[in-house]
Amino acid sequence: MRITCPNCGERDRREFYYQGDAVALARPASDAGPQAWDDYLHNRENPAGDTQDLWFHEAGCGAWIVVSRNTVTHAIDSTTLAATVKR
Amino acid sequence: MTYSGFRVIKEGLFGQSGWKPVWRDPDPKPEYDALIIGGGGHGLATAYYLAKEHGLTNIAVLEKGYIGGGNVGRNTTIVRANYFLPGNSEFYSHSLKLWEGMEQELNYNVMHSQRGLINLFHSDGQRDAFARRGNAMINQGDDAILLDTGGVRKILPYLDFDNARFPIYGGLYHPRGGTARHDAVAWGYARGADQRGVDIIQNCEVTGIDIEGGVVKGVQTTRGAIKAKKVGIVVAGRSGQVAEMAGMRLPIESHVLQAFVTEGLKPVIDHVVSFGMGHFYISQSDKGGLVFGGDLDFYSSYAARGNLPMKEHVMEAAMTLMPMIGKAKVLRSWGGIMDMTPDGSPIIDKTLTDGLFIDCGWCYGGFKAVPGSGFSFAHLMATGQHHAPAAGFRLDRFRDGVGLMDEEGTGSQHNLH
Repeated sequence: MRITCPNCGERDRREFYYQGDAVALARPASDAGPQAWDDYLHNRENPAGDTQDLWFHEAGCGAWIVVSRNTVTHAIDSTTLAATVKR
Repeated sequence: MTYSGFRVIKEGLFGQSGWKPVWRDPDPKPEYDALIIGGGGHGLATAYYLAKEHGLTNIAVLEKGYIGGGNVGRNTTIVRANYFLPGNSEFYSHSLKLWEGMEQELNYNVMHSQRGLINLFHSDGQRDAFARRGNAMINQGDDAILLDTGGVRKILPYLDFDNARFPIYGGLYHPRGGTARHDAVAWGYARGADQRGVDIIQNCEVTGIDIEGGVVKGVQTTRGAIKAKKVGIVVAGRSGQVAEMAGMRLPIESHVLQAFVTEGLKPVIDHVVSFGMGHFYISQSDKGGLVFGGDLDFYSSYAARGNLPMKEHVMEAAMTLMPMIGKAKVLRSWGGIMDMTPDGSPIIDKTLTDGLFIDCGWCYGGFKAVPGSGFSFAHLMATGQHHAPAAGFRLDRFRDGVGLMDEEGTGSQHNLH
């Protein structure tokens, strides 16, 4: 698997650390209540198909990247810097 | 039909013509007392124990593919009870006891081989951690022996003991650990359940779960609607999709885990051995293939096939630990879909819907749990009460943070196990 870093171009998957679902970008307010925090921390759509997740270009530029990809085919549609994504 | 040595000889004399299919292929009835979604090892074991322990025989197992075609046929067949945390250790201890009686109980040869499992350690700190784990296992009533380098050398002479980077300091030996023939476990439970009247319905995919007023009424399938007062979801890597049919989101992310097998060789590895400084464990099948695996690829996936980096890591670890393996040729590799929970421990619980139960989150350790999970899930579905050894596997432990079972001590968060 190769991932295109918006800064560095196409790189080997080994340069990246996988964080998980891009839900991590939608942090609830501190007083949002236990259910919102449970959903944020634990509960997942876990789709068989298109998903968005967060990868860290650990051995590269150090950017956090939102990767749109397919969990069944491993095809990657697009990558965006997390800093530019508003959810 | 009972299997015996006599029967094998008799069939040999009469051209093997007397063997018959060991489970029926029934059409689904319009209604059952209980339904199990998922005809893997756990689902079939659940059906078997529902029938045997609780007298529930008007039940069906719904399998979208064929029996033995999912993770129960894709794992590396290790059976062990070497867990550390309360909640896990009593469960796996119970499961191993069920393994030890399984072949007699099912009258089915699952080739359960208690050849011993050795987890190697490579530093003083790791030795301390394994000594502590061994003590926990002994406290649980199971067996554990702490071996020093000489002790390991005696039983595993082929390892690279003086590896410059990862010298072998010893190993935690679990003599009752071992392997079993994975498909046979599914077939044995399927046969046992069928003999007790359970309908095993293959090629029957559940497409919806009918819920009215917070109570489960039955399921929709590719072979029509089926009513039932109780429904159990036991679908491993597909738990997220099936739970979604009931309007639930689960604390589960599905990941791919790879395994490998070499060409058939003469007996060379007599135990199950795991490397302590990289992701690699190995055993030898009765057919002669060296069966080995590593860790997750560490990204969510339903592809049932992995990527090259983990393959490379596993091969490197194998060469580091036992250089002789370099002479073997890898025959094939494959992947399975693992239902990973944040703390790495499973879930056996009721849901917020009356009559709907779930058994999932077995991560990469589901095979050894097949009998224990089936037994405990059947107990929960039949009585509405948690079976004591599995009472810690609550679905809500993530929300309230009470009773998390983080066996590896890495934290209760997705992607850490």
